[in-house]
Amino acid sequence: MNSVHPMMVGRDRRARRARSSALLLSFLISVAVAIPAIANPITIGSKKFTESYVLGEIARRALNDTGIGAEHRQGMGGTIILWQALRGGQIDAYPEYTGTIGQEILKNGRQLSFQEIRDALGKFGVGMTEPLGFNNTYALVMRRSEAQRLGVRTISDLRKHPELRLGLTHEFLDRQDGWRPLHERYGLPQQSVVGIDHALGYAALANGSIDVKDAYSTDAKIEENDLVVLEDDLRFFPKYDSVFLFRSSMPPNAIGALRRLEGTLDEKRMIHLNMEAERTKNYTFAANLYFEGGGSSANSLGESFPHKLARWTLRHLELAGFSLLLSVIIGIPLGIVASRGGVIGQGILGFASIVQTIPALALLALLVPLPFFGISVRTAITALFLYGLLPIVRNTASGLQDIPRSLRESAIALGLSPFTRLWEIYLPMASRSILSGIKTSAVINIGTATLAALIGAGGLGEPILSGLNLNDHATILQGAIPAALLALLVQWLFDILDRFLIPKGLRL
Amino acid sequence: MSALVKLVDVSKRYADAIALRATNLSIERGTTTVLIGPSGCGKSTLLRLIIRLIAPDSGSIEFNGEPITADTIGILRRRIGYVIQEGGLFPHLTARVNVLLMARHIGKSEDEMQSRLADLCDLTRFSVNLLSRYPVELSGGQRQRVGLMRALMLSPELLLLDEPLGALDPLVRAALQKDLKGIFAQLKQTALFVTHDLAEAIYFGDEIVLMNDGRIVQKGSVTDLRERPADPFVSEFINAQRGIVLT
Repeated sequence: MNSVHPMMVGRDRRARRARSSALLLSFLISVAVAIPAIANPITIGSKKFTESYVLGEIARRALNDTGIGAEHRQGMGGTIILWQALRGGQIDAYPEYTGTIGQEILKNGRQLSFQEIRDALGKFGVGMTEPLGFNNTYALVMRRSEAQRLGVRTISDLRKHPELRLGLTHEFLDRQDGWRPLHERYGLPQQSVVGIDHALGYAALANGSIDVKDAYSTDAKIEENDLVVLEDDLRFFPKYDSVFLFRSSMPPNAIGALRRLEGTLDEKRMIHLNMEAERTKNYTFAANLYFEGGGSSANSLGESFPHKLARWTLRHLELAGFSLLLSVIIGIPLGIVASRGGVIGQGILGFASIVQTIPALALLALLVPLPFFGISVRTAITALFLYGLLPIVRNTASGLQDIPRSLRESAIALGLSPFTRLWEIYLPMASRSILSGIKTSAVINIGTATLAALIGAGGLGEPILSGLNLNDHATILQGAIPAALLALLVQWLFDILDRFLIPKGLRL
Repeated sequence: MSALVKLVDVSKRYADAIALRATNLSIERGTTTVLIGPSGCGKSTLLRLIIRLIAPDSGSIEFNGEPITADTIGILRRRIGYVIQEGGLFPHLTARVNVLLMARHIGKSEDEMQSRLADLCDLTRFSVNLLSRYPVELSGGQRQRVGLMRALMLSPELLLLDEPLGALDPLVRAALQKDLKGIFAQLKQTALFVTHDLAEAIYFGDEIVLMNDGRIVQKGSVTDLRERPADPFVSEFINAQRGIVLT
């Protein structure tokens, strides 16, 4: 009879220790990736279209030139998101238009005077600069050739052509001064009305997929694509003087810096800056033209590409990593509870499934108005966390349920405590299923995190969004390719992690 | 001699059927009692009630004079070994870790565990070299020997075996039957053995308990069953099995 060699006992224990350290290491990496960035003193927001980006950059530069630290969160979304962010203090200022303030923010049916608007905003703790100098009103535009062929010169002329197809931005479709009242006022008969992104709409108009779209009167594309603005013969659209809205609590020197921009930008100049921004794909460059009186210099092009890519990627990993960590920490215990079935178990799985069916964009939009969230990295992480929950909860539950009854009973009959049974027997046996759930979550999160840019949370969605806005495929790919590579990399890393975290006996 | 296990009026029903009707049974120390009967007769239910994988609807079960209840079973399980088909080994743990699991859990010293493990390998004729293998790397018979070692690790007063040899091929089965019988004799082990195979029951059983339809039909030696059947079912069961053996 051989006696048992002590080395062999040691080996089992060392393997277990190696597994726990691998687990700990992966945990620490996720935490390190997830530590959120520290906010700058003044945050400028902008809406998701070229002119707003350029104005945001101009404000940032104006503040920086005065010696005030400022950052610009580009293209955060539409009016309501920006307004909520301003009121919630996630941003300190953003460019807006008087017509939009009256109609969308103050929800007033009639045209308000400048002073009335200012008084009304004052109640929210929000101030407004004097007009910057140009009026960017809404307009309907058509291809010049088509308009001439059909003899359409005014919006009223559209009544004679019910067959025309309209492609309108989602914001315009919903606005108080948008499509619904406009078509009632003019009695427009068109049936074919679709919602489309602003920049994509210009491409659709150019290639003939749509015939009429909404535009801003200072859009660079109007000249570039040889479009005509239809005359607003019934004077439907209110005046849209460009201004900055800011939190009244902002430091006086910062307010002063913004106010020095008043009356300095006429329509011609704004169209030029917009064109330059779209031509160079660089908002900082266009904004700098404003300060340099039209001149340009090579070093004004701003951040280098590798630097930007590193910044986007790090932020992207931060968003996906931190949300995944939360999904794991919350999802596994929920999965354990769910594996026991019953009303609570069904409820947990039901909840996680319902969250999954909400489109990611809608989930972000639902979270933004809530007090704790707003326009922030927090919101993006929360949405991604909720998204990542289902695969982990479901795989944990099914992994545990798939353990044969005979083995569960063996563990009970041995006399192991419930905690030991779970920790040393059931969870390791379910580890393959749980890890594959985590892997699914990670890959989903990497993909979905591109949407975080919509609420100004950054990441690789930032170039995708700018690219969509500029209708520039190269810029879209700057975000899309690294995001896809990142997803592949994560998949591969998890395949390696499997080898460390799934017990050897289950891999044979 | 007082009984090690005593069931008094124990019954159990599941949602759709009665599994065990009010049943009385005593298991004497140092004996091997075999529970036999057709599938669904309640023999496994009876075993699972003793180790309290299920709780009885009525009646009481005593172990060494102490009632088995939800409160006492935690400690009592350390004094009862339980062996099932295929051994019930945890696939993510090596044979060694499977056997030592409970001893480690209650903090036995490493020396004590190693010497006990060596004794058990000897007793069950399991090669020490195979201890670092995972269950999937072992044959069915080897897995069953490991399952037996795990059940015997803490020197239990009672060993429960639920069709332990059911999944093995005949040659391996015969070898294990022989070894198992030797082990019971050597340890003077009190054992309760469930099988549906009459030959196996006769080979092991000091006492054979024939069950049918949730009740004990007859208890006694094989001679009692053959020559003094308490019920037509007893003869029917014995003749049916003998028929299979003869053909």
